[in-house]
Amino acid sequence: MKGRLLFWSGVGGLLLLLSMVLSISMGAANLPPSQVWLILLHQVPVVGDFITVSWPESAEQIVMKVRFPRVILAVLVGACLSLAGAGFQGVLRNPLADPYTMGVASGAAVGAAFLILFGLHISFLGQWSIPLVAFLTGLLSLWIVLRLANTQGKLQTETLLLSGVVVQAFLGSLVSFMVSLSDKVVNEIVFWLLGSLSFRGWAYSYVLVPYLLIGLVVLVSYARSLNLFALGERQAAHLGVHVDRTKLLVLIISTMLTAAAVSISGIIGFVGLVVPHLVRLMMGPDYRLLLPMSTLFGGIYVLWADTLARMLLSPTEIPLGVITAFLGAPFFAYLLRMRKQQGRG
Amino acid sequence: MIQVKGLRKSYQATPVLRDLTFEVAKGEFFGVIGPNGSGKSTLCKLLSGVVGLDAGEIILDGKEVGGYSRKELARLLAVLEQEALPPVGFLVREVLEMGRFPYQNWLGEDTEDAQPLIDEIVHLLRLEDLEQRSLEHLSGGEKQRVALGKALVQKPRILLLDEPTTYLDIGYQIQLMDIVRSWQKTTQVTVVAVLHDLNLASLYCDRILMLNQGRQVGVGTPEQILRSGLIEEVYGVRPIILEHPVHHLPQIMLQSVRP
Repeated sequence: MKGRLLFWSGVGGLLLLLSMVLSISMGAANLPPSQVWLILLHQVPVVGDFITVSWPESAEQIVMKVRFPRVILAVLVGACLSLAGAGFQGVLRNPLADPYTMGVASGAAVGAAFLILFGLHISFLGQWSIPLVAFLTGLLSLWIVLRLANTQGKLQTETLLLSGVVVQAFLGSLVSFMVSLSDKVVNEIVFWLLGSLSFRGWAYSYVLVPYLLIGLVVLVSYARSLNLFALGERQAAHLGVHVDRTKLLVLIISTMLTAAAVSISGIIGFVGLVVPHLVRLMMGPDYRLLLPMSTLFGGIYVLWADTLARMLLSPTEIPLGVITAFLGAPFFAYLLRMRKQQGRG
Repeated sequence: MIQVKGLRKSYQATPVLRDLTFEVAKGEFFGVIGPNGSGKSTLCKLLSGVVGLDAGEIILDGKEVGGYSRKELARLLAVLEQEALPPVGFLVREVLEMGRFPYQNWLGEDTEDAQPLIDEIVHLLRLEDLEQRSLEHLSGGEKQRVALGKALVQKPRILLLDEPTTYLDIGYQIQLMDIVRSWQKTTQVTVVAVLHDLNLASLYCDRILMLNQGRQVGVGTPEQILRSGLIEEVYGVRPIILEHPVHHLPQIMLQSVRP
């Protein structure tokens, strides 16, 4: 177990580093990857002193002020969403649960849009107020979805998805209504809603890091409990798991991660669905491996999705949410189909 | 080991269990029988602490069920469920290791090295060939054996079997019950088994509790409980009771009504 965790962390870490450098080198001003390596290494204390500056000042500006912060933000957002998805799937024992399909992302978006539209987003807690309010509205919508889906104490996969769709449609219309109330910020809001990571700078990354760290530590400490959940709630209870307490805590933490990501990047769907599933295919169902690796590979996935978003129709940007939905929705359909076939067989 | 006094339980004002009082001694094989809806499963849930009781008390090893923490309870009592394990991707060995959860701290460190114990149980249940297979590729009988293995890895002092043989063919039924009994001989575990099959109950149980509509009809040895009058009163069919030619225990023959 420890060996596999180390091995995959190594593979993932390497892949992440490579992806970051490649992504940074791509853009309107093309920089060779070797130059990107040198510029990044130059920033590292001690090592940096041995590197002689052989690049134009503008290159360093592009890397450090524009592309690097954006790449880091993409990785953080992807990590949060993917980890949240793994959490939802584990505790709801539903492979199709994800911050987006569960309506949590839309719930968080309602809170965030409300604050932005009425100019309250830096009022009482500074840059922390949007994630906080998004968290509360996300929690509320999760509660509604679970209440709707609950039939005699049981959560059926299909009912849960339907409830998610219903709540999502309602919340989506709320957001659209708010957007039409005020037209001067329309473009900014609409673009944020569709998901975007452009022009965010470093400040947003600082907001995300603590959320991700807390979420990762708490969820990983519940990894063994989630393994037992996979055998069924009753089995887990018989093995000494506090079923209700674990469920509540994991749902809250996953919602918190979702809210943090949504309040910064808007709604980016299906990340929490695609990534944990691919990780499961590669490394098996053990949550001790699944949670940290979903975090890592979620970062890589969104990093590439964002690179596509800015490169595909360059200089025009495609909203990031469009890319992830374009990749994720067919995958979702495929999973649904697989489940149905399994149920028949 | 187990004392139940004046136990009552209702679901939405419908009484499911009314006034049960019985004791189970340490190392005993105790059977619970009764028709559908007699409250057997509810009794199981109350004994395992997943559902709270309305009145009366259940004392396990000198302490109320509710007085144990979940992990303490899981070290004292393990449950083998009627439903087979779900087809998840975990390996058989990994599922057996999950039985150590109640002995692990939050970092996943065990109080002792459990590998020898798990090896012993793998051997006892003849799971050697399945150890590295995933649950998805196992038959119902094999999965039930793995579930029993996981329960034994918990090293319980009380083993609760909730209709464990319902979905098994007769070969697996006897195999499972034999394994439980041989484990009992070596570890002195107390077994409480809810059973549907009266003949199986007679063969394996030291004493039997018979329930009907939530009431306790009787507690006693198989000879005392499996009498044709009592069975007709509870199940509504009049059986023929014979003595088992080898084990000298009561066995039941059913009669159909032929025109």
